[in-house]
Amino acid sequence: MNPLSLLARLGRAVLVALAAVGRVTLFAVDTFSHMLRPPYYPRELAQAFLQVGWLSLPVVGLTAIFTGAALALQIYAGGARFNAEAVVPQIVAIGMVRELGPVLVGLMIAARVTSSIAAEIATMKVTEQIDALVTLSTHPMKYLVAPRVLAALITVPLLVGIGDIIGIAGGYVVATQNLGFNPAAYLKNTVDFLELRDVVSSLVKGCAFGGIAALMGCYYGMQSGRGAQGVGRATKSSVEAAAVLILAANFVLTGVFFSL
Amino acid sequence: MISMQNVKKSFGSNHVLRGLDLEIPKGTSMVIIGGSGTGKSVALKTVLGLITPDSGTILVDGKPADSGDRDKFLARFGMLFQGGALFDSLTVWQNVAFRLLRGSLKRPVDEAREIAIEKLRRVGLKPDVADRFPAELSGGMQKRVGLARAIAAEPEIIFFDEPTTGLDPIMSGVINDLIREIVVEMGATAMTITHDMSSVRAIADNVAMLHDGVIQWSGPVADMDASGDPYLDQFIHGRAEGPIEAVR
Repeated sequence: MNPLSLLARLGRAVLVALAAVGRVTLFAVDTFSHMLRPPYYPRELAQAFLQVGWLSLPVVGLTAIFTGAALALQIYAGGARFNAEAVVPQIVAIGMVRELGPVLVGLMIAARVTSSIAAEIATMKVTEQIDALVTLSTHPMKYLVAPRVLAALITVPLLVGIGDIIGIAGGYVVATQNLGFNPAAYLKNTVDFLELRDVVSSLVKGCAFGGIAALMGCYYGMQSGRGAQGVGRATKSSVEAAAVLILAANFVLTGVFFSL
Repeated sequence: MISMQNVKKSFGSNHVLRGLDLEIPKGTSMVIIGGSGTGKSVALKTVLGLITPDSGTILVDGKPADSGDRDKFLARFGMLFQGGALFDSLTVWQNVAFRLLRGSLKRPVDEAREIAIEKLRRVGLKPDVADRFPAELSGGMQKRVGLARAIAAEPEIIFFDEPTTGLDPIMSGVINDLIREIVVEMGATAMTITHDMSSVRAIADNVAMLHDGVIQWSGPVADMDASGDPYLDQFIHGRAEGPIEAVR
């Protein structure tokens, strides 16, 4: 292949990627500006809290408890190779709070909430409900997007906090019931080892991941093409983008919090 | 009065509107006809600002449609969408009273519900429909709810996008009669787009035919049959032969 045409292709791909980043950034700025300016829609916000927060609790809880339990088994088995079985409480706590809690909750929210937001808004778009909102003097960004993103920014950190606790509890149950750990000593080691920075990083990550998940759902929903295929593509793209961005943001935030 | 002057709109290489000129006098009912894909919906949506034209001027009562307070501007309009465009998550009465539950026209909930039920009654629906969800209604009932929503805030201008598409002839007749009655009763300016000729004859004071991005013919509905325009004749008689290509 001609090196110039290869360069041109590469240039086009970079331009397309930069344009997409620009569109998402503008969408995010627009969303935050609508969050701050009235009118506000408390009913829609309450519904978003219910959908994003309350109804995500079962899947977050189940994910966290099994992850914490498996983590305890893995650390025990791995630690046994060099006589370090005793570190199970500390590593479960640090693993859940710093990494697995926020990332798994973020990915679960991407699977559950991002997809549902994207499919709902995309369907509203193809059935002209978004146009109907405009003709009824209601701004779609204010009515549909701002409440969902705000609800995710507030509830996902709470879900992460709950996920962290349930994950540690999963490890505790396995360690004390199957691996012979003393319950009081396990809890003391967990509490003593965790630092405030660990908890803050977990909640900040939750906030960032929630924002990313809801923004991607809304963005791809609003950009949806026509028909069932458009709705399907919007849903798929939103989950892919949310998952990748959550993992990338996790890397950046881990660097910010723990490489200093 | 609504005035569209030399309005152009393209989507990529597809030039949908190529210089549309149209005047709709206040208090009259204009029906725009034309084949599928000729830009009827685009023309209607440019007036509301749902689609931004590439060039041209759109005036509503002499003022540019894209200037001034957008909420006040939209508060003057009601619109019935082709598929109803009812909000799935809201009950029928909440759909009808949508505008009365929020924004500048906000009323107390009880009053908004009462108005919604009254508007539902006006379009021939019983009050027990009010607490149902749109998905529980037939297509004809959804169109009626859409119509009730369009007139709930008593707008000065009402747009109807393909009001009878997908309905059986009897329900089409019911919707046409309702539209005519409501428009006359409210003294509203109406703009309807359709390719259903029974709707045209039932609803229109004036008719405009859109073809190839421009108004091919316009005039009073009474003059339509004797227009002598070959495009209009072919369209209203549904002939495959004529100046309009059957396969587009």
